[in-house]
Amino acid sequence: MSTGNKYLLELKGVNKKFPGVHALKSVDFELRGGECVALLGENGAGKSTLIKVMGGAHKADSGSLFVDGVEQHWEKPTDSLDAGVAIIYQEFNLVPGLTAAENVFLGIEPADFGWVRKSEEKAKVEDVFKRIGAEIGPNALCDSLTVAEKQLVEIAKALVREARILVMDEPSAALTKKEVEQLYLLIDDLKERGIGVVYVSHRLEEIERVADRAIVMRDGARAGHLSKSELDRAKIIEMMVGRKLENEFPEEERTPGDVRLRVKNMNLGLKVQNVSFDVRSGEILALTGLVGAGRTETVRLLFGADIGDAGEVELDGKKLILRNPSDAIESGICLLTEDRKDQGLVLGRSIRENFGLPNLTKFSKKGWVDGHTEKGSFQNYVEKLQIKVSGHNQLASQLSGGNQQKVVLAKWLERNAEILIFDEPTRGIDVGAKYEIYQWMNKLAKAGKGILMISSELPEVLGMSDRILVMKEGELMGELNNGPDVTQETLMALAIGEKAEQAA
Amino acid sequence: MKWIKTIFSSDYGMLGVLILLCAFFSWITFEEQQPEGEIGAEQLSQSIAGKFTEPGRVLIAGRKTDSGKAFTSRLNELLLSNGWNVTGVVQGGPIELGKGLRAGLDGNNSIDLLACEQYFVQLAVLENFRDAQTGNSKFQVMAPQSSHWPNFLKTSNLLNVANQIAVIAILAIGMTLVIITAGIDLSVGSLIAVSAVLATWIIRECFGGDESTIAGMVTGCGLAILACSALGFFSGSMIAFFGVPPFVATLGMMMVGSGLAYMLSGGLSVYQLPESFDWLGRGDDFAGIPNAVILMVFLYLLAHIVMSRTTVGRYIYAVGGNPEAARLSGVPVKKILLWVYAGCGALAGLGGVIMASQFKSGDPKYGLMYELYVIAAVVVGGTSLSGGRGKVFGTLIGAFIIAVIQNGMNLTGVQSYTQKVVLGVVLLLAVLLDMLKKRGWKLSA
Repeated sequence: MSTGNKYLLELKGVNKKFPGVHALKSVDFELRGGECVALLGENGAGKSTLIKVMGGAHKADSGSLFVDGVEQHWEKPTDSLDAGVAIIYQEFNLVPGLTAAENVFLGIEPADFGWVRKSEEKAKVEDVFKRIGAEIGPNALCDSLTVAEKQLVEIAKALVREARILVMDEPSAALTKKEVEQLYLLIDDLKERGIGVVYVSHRLEEIERVADRAIVMRDGARAGHLSKSELDRAKIIEMMVGRKLENEFPEEERTPGDVRLRVKNMNLGLKVQNVSFDVRSGEILALTGLVGAGRTETVRLLFGADIGDAGEVELDGKKLILRNPSDAIESGICLLTEDRKDQGLVLGRSIRENFGLPNLTKFSKKGWVDGHTEKGSFQNYVEKLQIKVSGHNQLASQLSGGNQQKVVLAKWLERNAEILIFDEPTRGIDVGAKYEIYQWMNKLAKAGKGILMISSELPEVLGMSDRILVMKEGELMGELNNGPDVTQETLMALAIGEKAEQAA
Repeated sequence: MKWIKTIFSSDYGMLGVLILLCAFFSWITFEEQQPEGEIGAEQLSQSIAGKFTEPGRVLIAGRKTDSGKAFTSRLNELLLSNGWNVTGVVQGGPIELGKGLRAGLDGNNSIDLLACEQYFVQLAVLENFRDAQTGNSKFQVMAPQSSHWPNFLKTSNLLNVANQIAVIAILAIGMTLVIITAGIDLSVGSLIAVSAVLATWIIRECFGGDESTIAGMVTGCGLAILACSALGFFSGSMIAFFGVPPFVATLGMMMVGSGLAYMLSGGLSVYQLPESFDWLGRGDDFAGIPNAVILMVFLYLLAHIVMSRTTVGRYIYAVGGNPEAARLSGVPVKKILLWVYAGCGALAGLGGVIMASQFKSGDPKYGLMYELYVIAAVVVGGTSLSGGRGKVFGTLIGAFIIAVIQNGMNLTGVQSYTQKVVLGVVLLLAVLLDMLKKRGWKLSA
């Protein structure tokens, strides 16, 4: 182990802004050769942005990056690799139709005038695979490999390129227990060779096992540093969520009424398992959990966007048949999707058209769109929701996140839905617009609608909801009545798998 | 540079290109024009009336061509009604003119005026006659006055352009809708053949061929269009329900269609059709405008209204722009796809019927490679191949750009092989513009 003062990788004062979001706020990071540093944080804390800066996929607005004490100015995506930094993203960068060996050497094939020296390639790949304990045939098609094997191919790819810094984004997310054990051994082995590993994960128990120390991110800034001896879950959770709660959420007295939406035994493969809950009139029900816990999948079933294996949905005591989103919309359920750009809006069309899309039955007679009524109604919402637009024909893509979300909200308000499902309603939205959206959620709840809100942001969950559901790996881990005794720590504990006292 | 960007960024940016092209071809085909036929006769009769206060003896001369004959007969009519004494009508060349002139010299009576086409004015025989006639100073020669006008801008040429592009333009309506849904339809060319052969075959087999009644012809054509629509519906269902990529689904249908047309016709033309069958393709019942062109304009208006004013139009744009967002907003995405492909098939069928009418026969070779011209028209018209954006009138402009380039090159004698190269380059430029427009006028990373 080489531990000197000189860092293998060092980031100093890195800033990165996206439209409307300050993703990285003067972040420092340091990694020595032969150690494994865990990078922790909630969803949206800035981990992904940070590793993209490390890999040269994002260029920092300010700040500097050193490898071996030498400042780096990367222009091309391959520059970071040349400097010795390899990133293994959750979504692997492998070509499915090529063999393992071909993938490992993609772009750096040993070749004479374009003729690949296949035997040399094969020998080298076999050598690397042996070093990392991978039992993969060099000629196996990447398509046919398991997730763990693909990961090994990625690691081999990095080693062949002589990477000394390996950044792994949620490497254990899709691995079995046994495969994770093997991964730990491999990381130990890599450390022995003087390679520095950055390990990004949600799973705290892994951190204790694999990391030498941890750096915690919160709200785009570095929240703190934990040495090996300080690595225990209580400390980690506290540092991850330890945000001061200001008056971010409008105070509102609500009195939940009768059950409006009843969901029974929803199932969809491993993604959603036996999920049941009720949504009452006049209440906000929050559904939380880590990314990939099956929250979005659950509400897509309620909305008819996907068809589940089993399950029943009742609205006001009436059983619903949900074959497609149209059925759900007809019955009075609407979904404000998590991803506005891919699922919420038709970005290339005007905001008025987007607004009209689910409401055209109302704005048309025998197939003819009554542009006049539509315009009037939209103008009404522009004023009511204070949507900042230059005109009704402005393209949806030209609006900021907050205003896009308001357009989406407007289209469903016009639809006069009874159950509104908000999937991450405030992601990528500035503070002012957030507050306005919270106010609308309150207003709708007061009007007797049922509100179901998915959120990963625990302060939001605690600040807005009456009841809280927590999911993990497709299962409901618990249902809590929101109150002073419920804290971010309680929720986080449930989300990462301590069912214990809540199971009863 | 900035104004260029502004023009191309607008929805109908290509209109500017079309106007420039028209101006260019007008400029290079600007020539002296001789008023011919009846128009020439009318013009000449007016100038004669202006020059002679009293009618006298006149000889009329025209060439032996169709327009020459039209000229003499119309002029004869006009001058007689104005009280002229027509000594004779010459139809032919110098020899006939000489004979006519001599025959006109009847005793003391001389000829006061030779009213003829421009062609005769320079002839030597006329000089000889003048020299021999020194006594008669009154003798005059008059021909229609020439003027300057571009060949390209002649009414007949413009109507010709419109008529030639009508079939492609009508098909391009359907293709525009398909491309707006982010799809493509390669089968339209062979659906033309299917429709042309099927329509003429039904008329021949079921309604007695050239004895067929109008009802028989309408039924045959209607069934052919319906059949093409059904084939389009089939492609659409492959795409909507089984997720087959549109390129592949319609490529298959292209082969199927072509094969069906050959099977049905046995590889031969079906020509047993009544005289009146060419009404749609060659007739011009309304102010001399070809019927196919009127139909084309009507369909474009209809399509424009559907796309801009109806729910279906909105849904088509939404499906192409973001199918998932559209589905989650309650748009019946699959149904829309089905009907767009069915509609595209029906329009291809209509195109086939028009083509059969133009040639008064149905042939399985019709429509070969038409899909490419149709796609070119749509793309040149500014419809984005990635879907969600485009205007039907843009496509009409695109179709006319292609037609004008072809026509202009024909008028200026450019070889047909060269024409293909030029059209290909125009298509590439149009796609390049589309890409630049989308990226905000930056080159790719």
